[in-house]
Amino acid sequence: MSLMSVENVSFAYGAGRPVLEDITFDVPRGSNVGLVGESGSGKSTLLRLLLGLDTPRGGRILFDGQPLDARSGRYMRSYRRRVQAVFQDPYSSLNPAHRILRIVTEPLRSLKVPGDHRAMAEEAMAAVGLPVDSLGRFPEQFSGGQRQRIAIARAIVARPELVLADEAVSALDLSTRVRVVDLFRDISERMTMVFVSHDMGVVAALCDRIVVLDRGRIVEAGDTARILADPQHAYTRSLLSSIPRMPESA
Amino acid sequence: MSDLLTVDGLTLATSNTRLVEDLSFSIAPGERFGLIGESGSGKSLTALAVTGLLPPAIRPSGSIRLGGTQVVGAPERALVRLRGDAVATVFQEPLTALDPLMPLGAQIAGPVRRRLKRSGDDASRGAVRREVMALLEQVRLPEPERLVGAYPHEVSGGQRQRVAIAMALACRPRLLIADEPTTALDVTTQAEIVQLINALVKELGLGLLFISHDLPVVGQVAERVMVMRQGRAVERGSTARVLTEPEDAYTHDLVDAARRFDSALEGRP
Amino acid sequence: MSAAGAAGPRRSRGGATYLLGLILVGVIVAAGLISFAWTPYALSDMAGSRLEPPSPAHWAGTDRLGRDLFTQLMIGARIALVVGCGAVAIGGAIGMVTGILAAFATRFADDALAAVFDILIAFPTLLIAMLVVAAREEASLGTAILALGIGLSPIVGRITRILTKQVLGQDYITAARVSGTSWGAIVIFHILPNIVPFLGVNLALQFGLAVMAEASLSYLGLGAPPPNASWGRMLQEAQSTVYTAPWGAVFPGLALFALVIGINLLADGLRDRLGRSGRDAG
Repeated sequence: MSLMSVENVSFAYGAGRPVLEDITFDVPRGSNVGLVGESGSGKSTLLRLLLGLDTPRGGRILFDGQPLDARSGRYMRSYRRRVQAVFQDPYSSLNPAHRILRIVTEPLRSLKVPGDHRAMAEEAMAAVGLPVDSLGRFPEQFSGGQRQRIAIARAIVARPELVLADEAVSALDLSTRVRVVDLFRDISERMTMVFVSHDMGVVAALCDRIVVLDRGRIVEAGDTARILADPQHAYTRSLLSSIPRMPESA
Repeated sequence: MSDLLTVDGLTLATSNTRLVEDLSFSIAPGERFGLIGESGSGKSLTALAVTGLLPPAIRPSGSIRLGGTQVVGAPERALVRLRGDAVATVFQEPLTALDPLMPLGAQIAGPVRRRLKRSGDDASRGAVRREVMALLEQVRLPEPERLVGAYPHEVSGGQRQRVAIAMALACRPRLLIADEPTTALDVTTQAEIVQLINALVKELGLGLLFISHDLPVVGQVAERVMVMRQGRAVERGSTARVLTEPEDAYTHDLVDAARRFDSALEGRP
Repeated sequence: MSAAGAAGPRRSRGGATYLLGLILVGVIVAAGLISFAWTPYALSDMAGSRLEPPSPAHWAGTDRLGRDLFTQLMIGARIALVVGCGAVAIGGAIGMVTGILAAFATRFADDALAAVFDILIAFPTLLIAMLVVAAREEASLGTAILALGIGLSPIVGRITRILTKQVLGQDYITAARVSGTSWGAIVIFHILPNIVPFLGVNLALQFGLAVMAEASLSYLGLGAPPPNASWGRMLQEAQSTVYTAPWGAVFPGLALFALVIGINLLADGLRDRLGRSGRDAG
């Protein structure tokens, strides 16, 4: 069964034009799903809906067979425990006033997860490849790639079933990006992931399924291998052909 | 043959750190040169140094000869003329590079009028307007009539970057510096801007200094490249050679990383 | 201007003004504290003859009734500090609460509160304070503090609103929500720690304003009543003898000047420090 199902979801801000229309797709348990689109595609808005930060105007989102009810505090507490996120900008996603220990254990405290929070944080830091003594330091002492690792540690510390990532490697330098993509690959073996990105290369490297969004609608969805080899929609084709490639070896 | 730009032993330093160290390269007229580097490599500072726009706290030493003029230590007055004449720059974010309160046509008209006046040509309203329209056409903007009256926020990111390129061309430079000109754009728009820059450089016989962290993009533009890391050049050579058979370990890492994503797109994760 | 190159000369200049501010404020705080334990004379003790100029017996001279002015200056320091702290505490509390509420409010309520702040800021702080004193129908030290606190609150509210909105736009707020953190905890653990340092600079400036405004209220007879020796009251009492015995006006004037300048220099130094750590982080 699907861990998450999005059914005919639509959304608009205020009385404005619809940002999302008739969005339907599944996130099978254990899979990595990529939501790909350019600016104005509505992909970030869709992610906010999946996180329960906004409520769809129409349609519904099912998580583990149950409708996502962003208005119920009790439901959201259990939902947050099972669904976590990583954001784009490693410089703005960590509170500069807090030590790393406090940042990484925030979900544990807020969700009242029982157990030794420090030990759990140490385990999460080890999982993202950072030394344990980082926990006593402040965000400003880390590089962009390290900060993103810390953000990932925070996302996995409560052992969620689903991690949603919003352009989580776009702000990183190329050499750092490859390593963080590898880290996501490692982590995704243990959980389901939804990866929102404009970068088809990153999504191709990480995801087994791809959903292509354009101006608030799904234009194409399917297995990564199939979409890369045989894109059906003109938009997908132009997206793929626009990506600059490295010159072939002589 | 005399080079358009010759940088020799350039070092950029503040009172306590060296940001760029002993950098040398040259660009011949009509040549497309790529500067590759990640954040902190000093590639954008190098571009600022070439146009004499370094912040006052950063002191250049060594030599930068641009169209026969020494930039290092030159008085601001000489630099102003140089910027209008020999070199023009296109930046990463067209939204901040354009004045939000001025119609696009008026922004391009500024440098056009200055150039016409300096060369003693007809700088009447009509002449300036004709030239502005010609520039808009040159950067392949649709509906130039409508665009001259539009404000930066009313057009798309790609169109803004085209206007920024038109402004750069307005002073008929011999060297165009493009500092991450495609980074802030969508992939489909990015491809169009790369094509446009390539076509214009060829048409006008410009020298191009193309700065980017994106290896495949540089690969589509430059004939020769230099790779920078932490203020130093680690590798240089023909683009084809550097991107296929890198010699330096760091360049090797970068090329491998770029190829990872490439092969993922070919369905070989 | 680049951060790296500016750091050298700026640091020493910032350090010097910070130190000067610290000394000026420190001397006045010390004088206020010592006044609890010791003053040269009792406040109402007519220890000398009338309008004596400064002398070894009366360092700042005496007033029309022959009371020691240095004693009054020391007590006045205590009052200035109490008024400044009290007004900033009240103004800061009201301003921060309304400012944070405005930042969280729906668009309509936010616009309305922002407009209220702007209108209140357009009224001079002193005028608002005078209205409050008039409404309480009694001039006392407490009323003066309350009045000045209310007068300062819209400025604090406005700045709090802007700072809070900036912090609310950061990804770590979204991350906290996704981590299951409640809005209350987000305000306490994420918003306050990130706005208080910047607000602190402003509150220090407001402190200076409050001390000035209290002197003005006292000068107008709306401040702390006798026997409180506020610097403003001292100025008022010295008014009629300013040509024959200028020391009666000069010393409280200098004390007021030193405290306000000192506080401003401290605030400048604080801002420089914040600016620097902000740049280092970026």
